[in-house]
Amino acid sequence: MILNGSQIFVEVLVEQGVDTLFGYPGGAVLNLYDELYRNQDRIRHIMTAHEQGASHAADGYARATGKTGVVLATSGPGATNLVTGIATAYMDNVPMVAFTGNVGTAVLGRDAFQEAYIEGITMPITKHNYTVRRVEDLADTMREAFRIAQSGRKGPVLVDIPKDITAASCEFTPKKPAEISVNTEVDAEDLARAAELINQATRPVVYFGGGVAVSEASCQALRDLIAKADMPATYTLMAAGVLNYGDRRNLGLIGMHGTYTANKAVDQADLVLAVGARFSDRVALNPEKFAAGAKIVQIDIDASEVDKNVLVDASVVGDAAVVLQALLPLVNAADHPDWFTQIAEWQAADYQPKDSETVLKPHQIIRETCEMTGPDTTYVTDVGQHQMWAAQYVLHTKPRGFLTSGGLGTMGYGYGAAIGAQVALGNGHRVIHFTGDGSFHMNLNEACTAVSYELPIITIIFNNQVLGMVRQWQTAFYGKRYSSTDPERKTDYVKLAEGFGAKGYRCETMAEFRAALAEALTNPGPSWIECRIDKDEKVLPMIPPGGTVQDITMSDDERGQV
Amino acid sequence: MMENQYKYPRRVISILAVNRYGVLARISNMFNRRSFNIDSITTSETMDPGIANITITVHVDEQKLKQLLLQTRRLEDVREVYELATASVQRELLLIKVRADKDNLPSLRDIAGVYKAKIIDLSPDSLVMELTGKPEKVEGFLNMMRNYEVLEMCRTGITALERGTDHIFGDEEN
Repeated sequence: MILNGSQIFVEVLVEQGVDTLFGYPGGAVLNLYDELYRNQDRIRHIMTAHEQGASHAADGYARATGKTGVVLATSGPGATNLVTGIATAYMDNVPMVAFTGNVGTAVLGRDAFQEAYIEGITMPITKHNYTVRRVEDLADTMREAFRIAQSGRKGPVLVDIPKDITAASCEFTPKKPAEISVNTEVDAEDLARAAELINQATRPVVYFGGGVAVSEASCQALRDLIAKADMPATYTLMAAGVLNYGDRRNLGLIGMHGTYTANKAVDQADLVLAVGARFSDRVALNPEKFAAGAKIVQIDIDASEVDKNVLVDASVVGDAAVVLQALLPLVNAADHPDWFTQIAEWQAADYQPKDSETVLKPHQIIRETCEMTGPDTTYVTDVGQHQMWAAQYVLHTKPRGFLTSGGLGTMGYGYGAAIGAQVALGNGHRVIHFTGDGSFHMNLNEACTAVSYELPIITIIFNNQVLGMVRQWQTAFYGKRYSSTDPERKTDYVKLAEGFGAKGYRCETMAEFRAALAEALTNPGPSWIECRIDKDEKVLPMIPPGGTVQDITMSDDERGQV
Repeated sequence: MMENQYKYPRRVISILAVNRYGVLARISNMFNRRSFNIDSITTSETMDPGIANITITVHVDEQKLKQLLLQTRRLEDVREVYELATASVQRELLLIKVRADKDNLPSLRDIAGVYKAKIIDLSPDSLVMELTGKPEKVEGFLNMMRNYEVLEMCRTGITALERGTDHIFGDEEN
């Protein structure tokens, strides 16, 4: 059948199973939006306040469901506004397809109104990208984009569509979506070497990341392996929720703000098995001294991750689930009682936050939130101190239940992502957005979107009135010279929420917080709860950049006490 | 440029990539982002016009070479990438314009003769020579030209093929 580019656009989206699209209209995408108008029963379009919010919403949608998130923006500023969202998704391997309009092919490259070379701009932050120059190429380019986004190490793909392509017509043949093939081949020698090193270990530690959390199969395979070989395990920010918190083998978060126990165990281990984790500078703070006494075995789907940041002794390249399942029969059932006795000693000495009866403490707010909202809640964070507190104290056990910008560290990620998650999961599901006053100011404009679509997102604002994480570094490393971290904002969050048509609450005690959250849980639309906390609250423990567990700080006033 | 200015050995990387808009930009963009410095790059169509052959020369250590190959392989448009053996056939073309007068013309002709360079343009006060050869030969020739006033020069960078029947497409494509 003969269809025009806009009709092909909609048909391929439907063919690929897309039922929700986040975006913002504009001149170059008018034809596409006209077609979306005609197809409202097939594709739901969520219009945000800003394209950045739409890109984070597509990301949140993808992280919450595992499906590919889709975002649409117009040319020029519409396209460039997606950049932060695409880069965020790229760093955390989130499957996303971004569509941008562009000026007509006749004026491409001539600095036409609202023209930006988005293909060039996004080249280093996408798995691949395209400019469609012929309508005949549109359908297959879109199909290819969806295939690439979901294949292997997942990530964002951008398709730029000049305006005349959306009007031109050609023959269209429907196709079924490509099967996403998982490479099930694993190198037997690599596998045997990995198993041998695991079997020789007396002080093993598993260190796993987003590559495990990405599928239930790999989560289960990991749980099976650590149970059989009796290995304690620690995880990165991208892999919270894979292990139960009551599990004695769960050492908690690793890295700069990880537990003392996890960092100590890796430091003292004779074997570290890294699975779907990339030894980032927030984990291997000092790559030369990371797991210095251990043989390191790395499992990753991306061969380029092997030896990239830390040199390893053995590696197996492949899908985490496939490799872990293949490894299981080769690994001996083991017991490491002495190792766990040692670990228990570290756990007893680990950092414990102190409760307060009088002032609001971040960990108490988070624990109360978890208790009041139940185990099925999906948590979304922004970036900064509140993000680390959430990672430390949200004790959830759902791999897709904690959405956070780990790699890029995007302040302002949270509200858009919460919208994406709430849209994906439906209003029957509880979505909690933890944010700080700094991050929230970056994209709080998306409150209007949550109001328009009646999304019951509850935003909990940790308001310390400063940029807490940067300030914490200024306290520790810059002689308390608080350069541009104390903006003296006079924002009235309650009034602002009301101005948007949302509900706002302010609280200074736990009793007030409980009352506010209890009411917010009954609101049909979005709510904000401002929690006033002390500006000297710190994220602890902390290992300084370039340091090791020897340099860990566990108390407010002492450094290196352990 | 002389070899000894580099800390690491010269490596010649051969890449087969889909021959379409922006493929060179994708590769050079990634090299730049990951701090792999390109010494030279040449590109051309292959017998299959849909596939481009790109030859890149870099000076890197073993570990960086491994990263470079793996990162290049991640690019969607790249079909094959590998390091050419030092024994591979490597050639480079040099065009060089040198100040010449009747006093130094005989010696320039002599050097051209030794290196089998061709004099392809001659004017009263300059000449242009063309030299094709292994990179070492081009280096040696340029070393000799230091004694003369070089007005302009241009090198294509290395282009290379594996010797014998080994070829980049591998078995399954044939």
